[in-house]
Amino acid sequence: MEITAAEALVRCLEQENVEIIFGIPGGAIVPVYDALYHSKIKHVLVRHEQGAAHAADGYARATGRVGVCMATSGPGATNLVTGIANAYMDSVPLVIITGQVNTSQVGTDAFQEVDITGITMPITKHNFLVKDPKKLPEIVKKAFYIASTGRPGPVLIDLPRDVASSPIEFQYPKEIVLRGYKPTYRGHPTKINEAAKVIRESRRPVIYAGGGIINSGASAELRQLAETISAPVTNTFMGLSSFPGDHPLFLGMLGLHGTRYANLAVTECDLLIALGARFDDRVTGNLATFAPQAKIIHIDIDPAEIGKNVRIHVPIVGDVKKVLQALLPLLEKTDRSPWLKRIEELRNLYPLRYERKNGLKPQFIVEQLYQLTGGDAVVATDVGQHQMWVAQYYRFKRPRSLISSGGLGTMGFGLPAAVGAQLGLPGQPVILVTGDGSFQMTIQELATVMEQGLPLKIFILNNQQLGMVRQLQEVYCAGRYMAVDFKFHPDFSVLARAYGISGYTVSSEKEVAELFPEVLASPGPALVNCLVYPEENVSPMVPAGRGIHEAIEWGGD
Amino acid sequence: MRHTLAVLVENNPGVLARVAGLFSRRGFNIDSLAVGRTENPAVSRMTIVVEGDDRTLEQVTKQLHKLIDVIKIQDVTVDEYVDRELVLIKVNAEPSQRGEIVQIADIFRARIVDLGRRTLTLECTGNEGKIRAFEESLRPYGIKELVRTGKIAMLRGSRYTGVNGKEDE
Repeated sequence: MEITAAEALVRCLEQENVEIIFGIPGGAIVPVYDALYHSKIKHVLVRHEQGAAHAADGYARATGRVGVCMATSGPGATNLVTGIANAYMDSVPLVIITGQVNTSQVGTDAFQEVDITGITMPITKHNFLVKDPKKLPEIVKKAFYIASTGRPGPVLIDLPRDVASSPIEFQYPKEIVLRGYKPTYRGHPTKINEAAKVIRESRRPVIYAGGGIINSGASAELRQLAETISAPVTNTFMGLSSFPGDHPLFLGMLGLHGTRYANLAVTECDLLIALGARFDDRVTGNLATFAPQAKIIHIDIDPAEIGKNVRIHVPIVGDVKKVLQALLPLLEKTDRSPWLKRIEELRNLYPLRYERKNGLKPQFIVEQLYQLTGGDAVVATDVGQHQMWVAQYYRFKRPRSLISSGGLGTMGFGLPAAVGAQLGLPGQPVILVTGDGSFQMTIQELATVMEQGLPLKIFILNNQQLGMVRQLQEVYCAGRYMAVDFKFHPDFSVLARAYGISGYTVSSEKEVAELFPEVLASPGPALVNCLVYPEENVSPMVPAGRGIHEAIEWGGD
Repeated sequence: MRHTLAVLVENNPGVLARVAGLFSRRGFNIDSLAVGRTENPAVSRMTIVVEGDDRTLEQVTKQLHKLIDVIKIQDVTVDEYVDRELVLIKVNAEPSQRGEIVQIADIFRARIVDLGRRTLTLECTGNEGKIRAFEESLRPYGIKELVRTGKIAMLRGSRYTGVNGKEDE
């Protein structure tokens, strides 16, 4: 029986077990929305397409499934762009469907026409412009396969309106052939043996674990490796939640705002075991002084990451879980107490710290949230100082419990991503920690929170300014603060109430202690506007161009 | 150092843009790029000449491999290979000079492909050195127009760059 390509698309999505699509309709994608009318797939109508992409992203991060979002041609498609770039940088699997003008009009500057496949070429893992309706099922199958395998990433399908309306004989292909795409999952046995040898010979190993651990579901193997070889573990920002935050071998995050003991451990180690991480500039600081005494083992599924920034002694291309499963039997339990003693020394010499004076401190709020939730909540954040405080002071217990924009650093990611996470994890506590700057970039999604009946808890660490940039200007511009101070501040608690969300404001530790347990226990959505000390800096901080061992600190004695 | 890469790609729309975009956004320099269909209409072959040290070349290769439409990459420079380029040159040629120019063409085994009242158009194929020497020989007459295809290359002997990955027969 013949159906339209749009109907075929919806059937393909059903075959891929898509539960939720985030999107906004428009002229060019009307046929697809029409086809969705009879589908079981839930459509979540957001308030801006950027929100659709971030919500699909948050959903994917929280659940490990492919996130799906949809928008119309032209502005609908361009509004997705930030969200697509964000997912690309953090290797999040998304399938993005955009409407396009009729094929006969493509290239004519038609109304709401934009070359979205051209625009997204550098920010998608792959993209397709569907010209032949008969090829649509195969393209959808390929899109899901490419998005979710190897190093995950976003894949976009651009569907012209006339193609969507064309009749086709529907059959969902069982198999597809992609001769140019064959990810390597199993590490090379010779290299794995070599890695085992290098590990056995090392006296001061450090494990540097990134987002690849989460993508490959390798947390158990990571923990087993650390405990077997007695190596401390530091996480990249993307790796946070892959290793228990309260584990004695955990060093916290490394890099620009990492703990000093993590950075010093990396500087002193004789072996760095990099797992699913990419030696990002925020992690390494000045490359010349990064892990200067260390041999480096690098395990990653993306061969292009190996040797990109740093010279690697033992490169292993493969899925980190599978490689660790092959590596672990080659290792025996090793005692490295002198090294672990040194780690304890560093931890005691240079603890994370802040002063509990000058009013309400943002770090205190994050600590309270950690204690009150026992580390069991899924925490979404925006981007800026509050994000770093969450990274430093919230000790994540379970993989996928931190939902945050790492590589692209997208302010405005938090609220829609939290919406996506909460929809993907109904019944689980989801918290959004945001800042007053970030929050105002996608604030319109408060309507989506209410419309979907989500019990999201929102905490704004409100310093009434763009705090991270203010900190940069303090350090690099001798305190010439330019365009960072908001001169007008909406009352966020009143604003929340305008959306029907319980809204509160706190400005002291006492109020926090009184209000937070009640808010967290409440069944519905709530927003707490936390008026924090505005001049607090994220500490420690590695100044630009310096090595990670040269961090500066505030708030000490 | 210069490397010549033979890159087999799916003959899909946009594949040239994907490859060219990759080079520009990652800051790799392309010396020349030639593209055309192969014996298999579904596969196109690009010959890309890139300048860079080993590390750059490694990144170029790895990043190219990440493109879904790229099927196979081979650096032919590390082996024995044949490379050719084709050039068309329109050169000033007063009737009195035609004889000399024809002689030059003979030396380079070039061909006269067109004749104007005061010009000759010559076609020459060869490797880069030969093309350069040919161009230099014609320069004194005044080159009015020059177009070249960019290099194409192939491994010598029975080895080949094929889709299924076999390099040896």
